[in-house]
Amino acid sequence: MSEVDPKTFFELVQFQADYGAVLDAGDWDRWPEFFLEECTYKVQPRENYDRGLPLATMAFESRGMLKDRVYGIKETLFHDPYYQRHVVGLPRVLMSEGGRFECESNYAVFRTKLDDYSRVFNVGRYLDVIVRTPEGLKFASRLVIFDSEMIPNSIIYPL
Amino acid sequence: MNDSQVVFPGIATWEGDGTSRVPFWAYTDPDLYRLELERFFYTGHWCYVGLEAEIPNPGDFKRTAIGERSVILARDNDGAVNVVENVCAHRGVQFLRPRFGNRRDFICPYHQWCYSLKGDLQGVPLRKGVKQDGRVQGGMPPQFRNEEHGLTKLKVATRNGVVYASFDHSVPPLEEYIGPAMLEYVDRTFDGRKLKVLGYSRQRIAGNWKLMQENIKDPYHPGLLHTWFVVFGLWRADNKSQLVMDEHFRHAAMISRRGNEGMTGEATKGVSSFKQGMKLNDERFLDVVAEEWWKGPTVVMTTLFPSVILQQQVNSVSTRHIQPRGPGEFDFVWTHFGFEEDSPEMERRRLRQANLFGPAGFVSADDGEVIELAQNGFEQKPFHRTVSELGGYTCENTDHLVTETLIRGMYDYWRRVMQV
Repeated sequence: MSEVDPKTFFELVQFQADYGAVLDAGDWDRWPEFFLEECTYKVQPRENYDRGLPLATMAFESRGMLKDRVYGIKETLFHDPYYQRHVVGLPRVLMSEGGRFECESNYAVFRTKLDDYSRVFNVGRYLDVIVRTPEGLKFASRLVIFDSEMIPNSIIYPL
Repeated sequence: MNDSQVVFPGIATWEGDGTSRVPFWAYTDPDLYRLELERFFYTGHWCYVGLEAEIPNPGDFKRTAIGERSVILARDNDGAVNVVENVCAHRGVQFLRPRFGNRRDFICPYHQWCYSLKGDLQGVPLRKGVKQDGRVQGGMPPQFRNEEHGLTKLKVATRNGVVYASFDHSVPPLEEYIGPAMLEYVDRTFDGRKLKVLGYSRQRIAGNWKLMQENIKDPYHPGLLHTWFVVFGLWRADNKSQLVMDEHFRHAAMISRRGNEGMTGEATKGVSSFKQGMKLNDERFLDVVAEEWWKGPTVVMTTLFPSVILQQQVNSVSTRHIQPRGPGEFDFVWTHFGFEEDSPEMERRRLRQANLFGPAGFVSADDGEVIELAQNGFEQKPFHRTVSELGGYTCENTDHLVTETLIRGMYDYWRRVMQV
């Protein structure tokens, strides 16, 4: 456990909260802005992560790839529309050094389809590397390691 | 279309002897579904269970399924691969829970019946009773024989690192079952090179299991539903292609070569998913490098009936395992792999291109979505039927993609086996 001052901790919490709010609003174009140009975003089943198997459900390496995903969501991927709702726990700050933070936080995402009840869609933890830039905090890396290995049909939107 | 007034037809009959119109009840009827499990998954057919690379060492096991039956694939001390049913002979407990691991033997937690990795019963606790006050109390009757109480053993066949199994010990040899036409395509990917497992994706799709077989026997949809395929030339109606079936029409391969990116023509005229001028922000998603073993085609999608799809889509290779769960649901397990000989660059390329496939894939996520919606339609009006008449009414191999011949072929086989 690394010590960060309350102001920094608040910033990290706010950053996480903003991220969830953007996804829950379906404001897809703003999603890549949370990341550095060169970045890692992976949504990976826990079994692969734990066993050191590299396959991820989504594995992106640049803001360009994130933008391609956004285009996919908006224009090319047919899917049954749904709402998302993120509930994200407080970050556990593992490392803090010179404007670079390694954090871990639990999340649960609920999915609500138009003619159905709200259901638990995906739960897991974020493993983050967050850096301070002139434009504010950004993810250098966000690994979404999910316990919900049996995916209910598909994952279209980012988590 | 004219609608019948009888929504639930009672005794359903398939009109005529064609297979271009499949009744919706063939996807929803629970009795038919159980008969399918009996006739396709539990007798007469080989089912996919895994890759040898998943269980490299003696004692390694993998838990998987054939139809709805839980089975264990285990590497024995002599190096052989065994497949046994995951049900204790004593009280029926599905005793093995981890998906992967290493064991010296299998022990049921309930009464500690112990089995070898081959499934032979080694011993049972309190077999000789308990000696108390000079008397032996209880114990198994003297007639009890270990050899009568082993786990159910399946017949196993491996070919170039892929493991198939059958509950039916009278099943024809694997090579005969796959047939010479399909074997060529199966052996193209699995030519004896050592495989390297890259990881798994699992999805549960609320549709009948046959819909996933049909999805990969349907060359009509990829150039329409999947924008990426048509825009980047990976799959289009005018690509140089072949559709090949085995002699029974149950297995099939769709073979094609990538066409030019972004080109327009008859195949894209009026296709709303075709987006002229669409460019990737990061082209590494499609950093395709041709491999020698392709021998030309950039894609070969093979369906082995009933349980597995073998994928080669440019540099992405996987097996997709179909595990039915009732008439309206199946699990779909993807095992992505590469080859031990792959350079780090090739492995990274396979992983990048894996973004196109699986439950979130740029081209595969919508297959699951569409299958669920098809099942919804079937449930709603079981008296109705599909229309698979692109390319006519008959089943034959073709040298183009503008046909639903493979779906008609599969139902030709299905009707013969099911006697429906």
